[in-house]
Amino acid sequence: MSSLLHRSYPLFHIGNFQQGSTVRVLRILALLPLAAALSGCDFVVLAPAGDVAVQQRDLVVISTVLMLLIVLPVMALTALFAWRYRQSNTSARYEPDWDHSTQLELVIWSAPLLIIVCLGALTWMATHLLDPYRALGRIDADRPIEAQDKPLNVEVVALDWKWLFIYPEYGVATVNELAAPVDRPIRFRITASSVMNSFYIPALAGQVYAMPGMETKLHAVTNKPGVYKGFSANYSGAGFSGMYFSFHSLTTADFDKWIAKVKASGDMLGRNEYLVLERPSANEPVRRYGSVDGDLFKAIVNMCVEPGKMCASEMMAIDAKGGLGREGLNNTLPLTYDKYARRGAVFGPEPTYVASICSVDELKGQSEPESTVPFDTTPLRGAGLKRPLFSPANPSSSSLLLGSRPKSDS
Amino acid sequence: MFDTSSLAKAIFGRLTLESLPLHEPIVVGTFVVVALGGVALLGAVTYFRLWGYLWREWFTTVDHKRIGIMYMILGIVMLLRGFADAIMMRLQQAIAFGGSEGYLNAHHYDQIFTAHGVIMIFFVAMPLVTGLMNYVVPLQIGARDVSFPFLNNFSFWMTVGGAVLVMASLFIGEFARTGWLAYPPLSNIGYSPDVGVDYYIWGLQVAGVGTTLSGINLICTIVKLRAPGMTMMRMPVFTWTSLCTNVLIVASFPVLTAVLALLSLDRYIGTNFFTNDFGGSPMMYVNLIWIWGHPEVYILVLPAFGIFSEVTSTFSGKRLFGYTSMVYATVVITILSYLVWLHHFFTMGSGASVNSFFGITTMIISIPTGAKMFNWLFTMYRGRIRFELPMMWTVAFMFTFVLGGMTGVLLAVPPADFVLHNSLFLVAHFHNVIIGGVVFGAFAGIAYWFPKAFGFRLDPFWGKLSFWFWVTGFYFAFMPLYVLGLMGVTRRLRVFDDPSLQIWFVIAGIGAFLIFLGIISFLVQIAVSVLKREALKDVTGDPWNARTLEWATSSPPPAYNFAFTPVVHDNDAWWDMKRRGYRRPLTRFKPIHMPSNTGTGVILAALATAMGFGLIWYIWWLAAVSFIGLLAVAIGHTFNYHRDYHIPADEVVRVEDARTHLLAAGAKS
Repeated sequence: MSSLLHRSYPLFHIGNFQQGSTVRVLRILALLPLAAALSGCDFVVLAPAGDVAVQQRDLVVISTVLMLLIVLPVMALTALFAWRYRQSNTSARYEPDWDHSTQLELVIWSAPLLIIVCLGALTWMATHLLDPYRALGRIDADRPIEAQDKPLNVEVVALDWKWLFIYPEYGVATVNELAAPVDRPIRFRITASSVMNSFYIPALAGQVYAMPGMETKLHAVTNKPGVYKGFSANYSGAGFSGMYFSFHSLTTADFDKWIAKVKASGDMLGRNEYLVLERPSANEPVRRYGSVDGDLFKAIVNMCVEPGKMCASEMMAIDAKGGLGREGLNNTLPLTYDKYARRGAVFGPEPTYVASICSVDELKGQSEPESTVPFDTTPLRGAGLKRPLFSPANPSSSSLLLGSRPKSDS
Repeated sequence: MFDTSSLAKAIFGRLTLESLPLHEPIVVGTFVVVALGGVALLGAVTYFRLWGYLWREWFTTVDHKRIGIMYMILGIVMLLRGFADAIMMRLQQAIAFGGSEGYLNAHHYDQIFTAHGVIMIFFVAMPLVTGLMNYVVPLQIGARDVSFPFLNNFSFWMTVGGAVLVMASLFIGEFARTGWLAYPPLSNIGYSPDVGVDYYIWGLQVAGVGTTLSGINLICTIVKLRAPGMTMMRMPVFTWTSLCTNVLIVASFPVLTAVLALLSLDRYIGTNFFTNDFGGSPMMYVNLIWIWGHPEVYILVLPAFGIFSEVTSTFSGKRLFGYTSMVYATVVITILSYLVWLHHFFTMGSGASVNSFFGITTMIISIPTGAKMFNWLFTMYRGRIRFELPMMWTVAFMFTFVLGGMTGVLLAVPPADFVLHNSLFLVAHFHNVIIGGVVFGAFAGIAYWFPKAFGFRLDPFWGKLSFWFWVTGFYFAFMPLYVLGLMGVTRRLRVFDDPSLQIWFVIAGIGAFLIFLGIISFLVQIAVSVLKREALKDVTGDPWNARTLEWATSSPPPAYNFAFTPVVHDNDAWWDMKRRGYRRPLTRFKPIHMPSNTGTGVILAALATAMGFGLIWYIWWLAAVSFIGLLAVAIGHTFNYHRDYHIPADEVVRVEDARTHLLAAGAKS
């Protein structure tokens, strides 16, 4: 695995994005010693392969440089004062009663304040632009998203202790192996089967939690072919250490080949197969399923893969109409399995689940609400705030961070 | 008729012989060592007939000074346990490469990192901080004791009770395998059916009662018992930070108690607060626990800030620069610490505006913290700095903490947090602020106030050795973790497959070993100082030429602290008294009204611990009996009318005369 992961990319892709040359110089200066000392190591967070992770890396670097503006002087002054005013140096001035200076106090409060104002503004913008729920606006620094760039949908399920990836458009699924074509936006929908995990491919984009009964989203794009490591970043039990997968960033042709290879597998992932797969197991090998139940992900998110169990969406629809009343209390069936076994609290009722009222088929064919509107490049603003003069959506402005984005409104 | 197994179940609950980890050779080995040590200790106490003395003078004491010392001993003992966990983790991570499973299985390793976090925060950092506040605050404000001396004793023993439960989990059953905050659904009954999480819950609940009550006690003490003339803006900075810390304790620990109570309802009677099904929300737990958890960070670090303020000012021989802004900075941090909890889970899918709000509030905290840093800096400016041990810790803190602060602000930028969250970078960051801030602060405080508590200084040679081992060990242990975090390595992993990472874990392991030498040197320092106590003796009560009231009385102070309550005219009350030629009053002593010792605190805490043990193991009769016992003893205690006594004037005269002789002898020699 490690040999696959080892890449000989230059440590920093300075030319990857456009920004003020001062910042660029600063960044190089700040990182030179690091680069010299640590070359040969795989600093994937500092040298990622995907545009989102690159922008997150830039933010790490810029914030660090901004803070060093105040941290370095403080360290230098600490050393200087500690040395100059040591007891044995009787030539230094000694003013035992000097304890106040309005000007100095103004400086010591306003200097950190100024840094934080800059960093806060940067944070506000970057947090909105790099919101994992927001559809991508660009493939990389130079290429905005075009209308024909259809995103690749991948449904991610964190199981104990392996990863399931479903490709709804291709009707295939894999375990512990993920592939995506370069330069095509990827839209991840993420959930988990039992406990919390965090879906993280450092080379691609920042992490998002995978949580049972809930769906989180992540938008990302990969720009360089290669094999990268993905894993759970949130401890989830005994098999956690082995809960990683390889992420294959492939050219479009290779990706099509890969899909064909997966399709060629005779295995089918239906609900019953899923219920077996879901049971705890560690260090699972890669598995490929040539066909997959199209509604499986919806059933997993709504926690109703088991036949006869009411889906959370169904329950919410019933509750929205006033609920089932007292009769609803009795609409339960005994639970037979919950990760390890059927287990309940010592004084609690027997573990049950809510029985389905309509049918499990309820979910089938339900059209999925189109959650990604075509990418939105309208300028970002907080509710009720005026549009900022300096907007990353405006390519003519001197964006520190994000280079150009296409603009649609101004 | 009687089924033996159901009888055994009624008596022992789910505790069986299989619950003892006899199959884990490491645990058995530890148990043998601990048991031998324990038997030797108990034997020695019995042989030297110390039980009566310990019971009368220490266990039942209501003297805030002795309780403070007992808190410190608890913290140091638990530090050894927590550190043993740390070094086991470092060893496992340094060797588990290239197909090696290391020497710990998942069952054991996952308990170790959970126990390490829980013990270090609740049973090391908290007792050390509480101990210092308990010892110093009443002396600094010129009080005889805390407001509620019995409550203080009870609080201490409840903390011990929690520690006993956590320690018991090592040998009887197991501890939680959930991480130190026990996020559900993992910590819920379906996924953690064993006793581990129950040990976690009841250990923290029992200790939490103690912490909350001690918070109330110290707030009352600071608000009501200050010496005449000590207005709020004349309080020493350590007292200010203690006040803010205890406000935080009182406001946040009930949240912890509530969230753990909800989790135990889920686990015991099948409610669905944090379950996946039936409308439960695990994210609610995460929110609630961090609403406690973030203020907790400031609960630990604010007293450390106070210690550094006292130390910097004393050893620079100078008034603290910017006292007012220091106080306001503390108060601002106190308030802001409630507005930042969400930054612990930016990656759980909150919207961008929510994330930015919490990111920016987090950054704002760095403004008052930065101002504090500059205040210490300008206290040193134009001072005469004596680099005694406490000052060395302070300077090391200033270098180390700005680094930890910087990575903290970096983690507060949500998109940056997306790539660094849960990584070893995060682990390096919080050890950077907790070791660099709280631990260095505790050591500075111990070195600073030790002569006050015992009447002799700590040996400087071993202290400096410990200092250098700790500081270099810290950098060796945690800088590699920053590096590993940037290489995308996440935390709590047990085995690794990428051999290029190993060198960093080995360096971190060496760092942990250096810290181990630092801890050993610290223990040797105390032993050596006790042996050389005559040479290190301080008769003045003011060995550092210090500035605040605790140095006005003798070392160690008499039970009543001050024969006459001092009158305060300045921030640096004792400095001001010295400068105006203060003379100790030598006559007209009066009898002093003092609280009496009581064993009720020990008994209540023992019953609470037994109740916790019963609930953990489903030994219902034990839980019921101890609960009834708790109520009975608590009610019984209200009928105890022997709560106070007077130290006769003769006795006060005797003590004060002895001090006069000592001072005179010290002045001559």
